Amino acid sequence: MFSRAARSWVLRTTGGGLGTRGTHSPGGSARSQGKMAPYYTNHYAQRSYPMPDEPYCTELTAEQQALKEKEKGSWAQLSQEEKVALYRLQFRESFAEMNRRSSEWKTVMGCVFFFIGLTGLLIWWQRVYVFPEKPVTLTDERKAQQLQRLLDMKSNPVQGLASRWDYERKEWKK
Amino acid sequence: MASCALAKPQMRGLLARRLRFHIVGAFFVAVGVACACKFGVAEQRKEAYADFYRNDDSMKDFEEMRRAGIFQSTK
Repeated sequence: MFSRAARSWVLRTTGGGLGTRGTHSPGGSARSQGKMAPYYTNHYAQRSYPMPDEPYCTELTAEQQALKEKEKGSWAQLSQEEKVALYRLQFRESFAEMNRRSSEWKTVMGCVFFFIGLTGLLIWWQRVYVFPEKPVTLTDERKAQQLQRLLDMKSNPVQGLASRWDYERKEWKK
Repeated sequence: MASCALAKPQMRGLLARRLRFHIVGAFFVAVGVACACKFGVAEQRKEAYADFYRNDDSMKDFEEMRRAGIFQSTK
């Protein structure tokens, strides 16, 4: 339950802020602003949790209460607008609205690249001011001697290093 | 819903359909990858070893290594 509440909190603060609607935007004339339940007991429907415990609007005007009474009868007698109004009383957003795209990915990618760049700068500073001297075995001359020794002992002669070396002409095979 | 009648969507057997699709696909992908590995890696390697050992003279290699001076036990 807490993971669901935490997830919905994350959804609200990140996805909701960049959508076209804020989290507490008043709707059209057909919807009324219901009581906002505390986040830890109830939260709005999501694609993974489509039937929340409490309806979206719990404080109903007289007109909406009449509609709720009518809902207790046969649903065939409800008009299209009434059905939509009942849906909006029950749910904050339709599936199409709750699944809308957002621009959050741009923020995420921007922050990722920013921190990668920052890390690069830190590593550069570290290389200049922290790292000790390179060992002598990493100089070009020493590395050439090591490679010569590997070729002399014919290391990996079937598919590896020595198989690429032409021993007659003393050069790499083309 | 009065205005335009949408076709009723598929309501049942969704998981079964998805599983069948993915199991068949995974089977063929696995078989394909196995064939690629067999011909790209295994056969190639077997051929490389066969070519190497066809005309291999280990005593000649040893003499070359000895002349290059890498051994400690002999010069």
